[in-house]
Amino acid sequence: MQGIYSNKTNTKKRINKDGMYLFVLALPFVIAVFLFNYLPLAGWIYAFFDYKPGIPLNKVPFVGLEKFADMIVNSEDILRVLANTLALSFLSILASPLPVGLAILITEVKSSKFKKVVQTITTLPNFIGWVIIFSLSFAMFSSEGVLNQAFMNLGLIQEPVNILGDEKNVWLFQTLLLIWKTVGWNAIIYLAAISGIDSELYDAAKVDGAGRFRSILHVTIPGVAPTFIVLLLLSVGSLLNAGSGMEQYLVFYNPMVANKIEVLDLYVYRQGLVINDYSFATAVGMLKTIVSVMLLFIVNSISKRVREDSII
Amino acid sequence: MKNSYKKFDGLAFDIINYIILTLLVIITVYPFYYILIYSISDTSMIHSGVTFLPAGFSLQSYKDVFALRGMASGAVVSLTRTVLGTLLTVICSTFFSYIVTKKELIFRKSIYRFVIVSMYFNAGFIPWYLTMKALGLRNNFLVYILPGAVTAFYIILIKTFIEQMPPALEESAKIDGAGYITIFVKIIFPLSKPIIATIAVFCAVAQWNAWTDNFFLVENPKLTTLQLILYNYLSQSQAISRASSRELTQGGIVRQLSPQAIKMTMTMVVTLPILLVYPFMQRYFVKGIMMGAVKG
Repeated sequence: MQGIYSNKTNTKKRINKDGMYLFVLALPFVIAVFLFNYLPLAGWIYAFFDYKPGIPLNKVPFVGLEKFADMIVNSEDILRVLANTLALSFLSILASPLPVGLAILITEVKSSKFKKVVQTITTLPNFIGWVIIFSLSFAMFSSEGVLNQAFMNLGLIQEPVNILGDEKNVWLFQTLLLIWKTVGWNAIIYLAAISGIDSELYDAAKVDGAGRFRSILHVTIPGVAPTFIVLLLLSVGSLLNAGSGMEQYLVFYNPMVANKIEVLDLYVYRQGLVINDYSFATAVGMLKTIVSVMLLFIVNSISKRVREDSII
Repeated sequence: MKNSYKKFDGLAFDIINYIILTLLVIITVYPFYYILIYSISDTSMIHSGVTFLPAGFSLQSYKDVFALRGMASGAVVSLTRTVLGTLLTVICSTFFSYIVTKKELIFRKSIYRFVIVSMYFNAGFIPWYLTMKALGLRNNFLVYILPGAVTAFYIILIKTFIEQMPPALEESAKIDGAGYITIFVKIIFPLSKPIIATIAVFCAVAQWNAWTDNFFLVENPKLTTLQLILYNYLSQSQAISRASSRELTQGGIVRQLSPQAIKMTMTMVVTLPILLVYPFMQRYFVKGIMMGAVKG
């Protein structure tokens, strides 16, 4: 009897010792995550002071919620960048069925070689950085670019059109670029979903007299719908990221399109580092984070209720 | 009658499908093809523009680009951050993932959650910027590689992978008296190769493409990456002519450099590494998104 007890305590002690040792091993990584991901949260305190770079925080006046009130004062700007952000987000959500379409088209190809070529090539742009994409766009769409040259040679236009400086169509243009970059990559997940569909369903549809369109409509599309809905919900959760985050709009930013391309993240960066109003920029960024996290919780609870599964 | 109609319908579908996909392939490939033919064209023959074939052939633009100040050091910085950053992320993320799969670890669930939750929020630009500054990472090479060393998303993937390994593998080593670190180095790490390859490829591409950390936090020209050099050249067209004329007098060359040719060639130089490794890495990319989908 006693032997068993002492054995147990020994094991327990040993586990504790091992557990402590593992904890020590894990600690550096936990500290790294704390420093790079959690410590910046402490910077939210700057939103409540009138902070000027170079002056320590204890020497600048505490202003309470004044910086948040400034958002109402600057409501014209805030509403403008919010409209840009939401417009770009909605356009990218509107484009979200395109990868489904591409996946269906690729699946319908019979030649496996052609299939592979299409898949390999369309996935490539996802791994090309925005700086390079900006350079490619410049080569294609600027006043001296290929497109203008071709149209002028064909006599379709008299004067070159600077597409990169076209304020009216900048939302559409940026969305098209984002589609170009991501459509192939986003199609992969649907290709997997389609290959997971039970082939008996297709056979049954055929027996019932369904042609290709009908079996796509009644078998393939319902088969990928759950995946589509999860991704759609996630994209609603990142509504304030304007489709792709700030990098894309930072590289394509120029004075001609500034009014329409300045998304929330870009506005925060410019208010902070360019105009040097750190506190106001922090306040805006803080609200953005809070709203984003709330959105994520909302879509997650919708997902839980509708699909009985959480997405985060 | 009905059958032949159906057959035609199928054929029409195939034709339209092939046309759409071929167009998509062309739209994807052409910009890359264009900068390639532009960069290898003879700059004295290029004024009329190129469309489908290079105008003449010359590698002079490549010589000019590499002669530009900063290019060589930019290439070294970009390569270094890609190699070191990838190594560090792979080693840290894999080792940490292994530790959190151990049931003996105290506060195991809290530690794991603490790391994963970091994926779902960020403090915002200014607090991030000020924190990096406070940590002494401004104008510091470490800013390129440290912040991504423990990445929540990779940890989910690796942890899932390690948990699927048969526990017997580890137990026999434990009986032989091997400690956690030995087990990790000798057993877990080698057996995780498939997931490590996937993550390494993702990480390397992200490192190669990264430029905002450089843009916001590093002013030291010795630490400037290729991507930022390219960005600076693109965003300030005047800088191009200024810089190139400066290089002209320095090199004693009297020939006029074409700013557009320099831009295109520089873009090609920055893109080429990705284009070269991409065909070999593609299967890992695909694997990666599949594994991500399990959780997503």
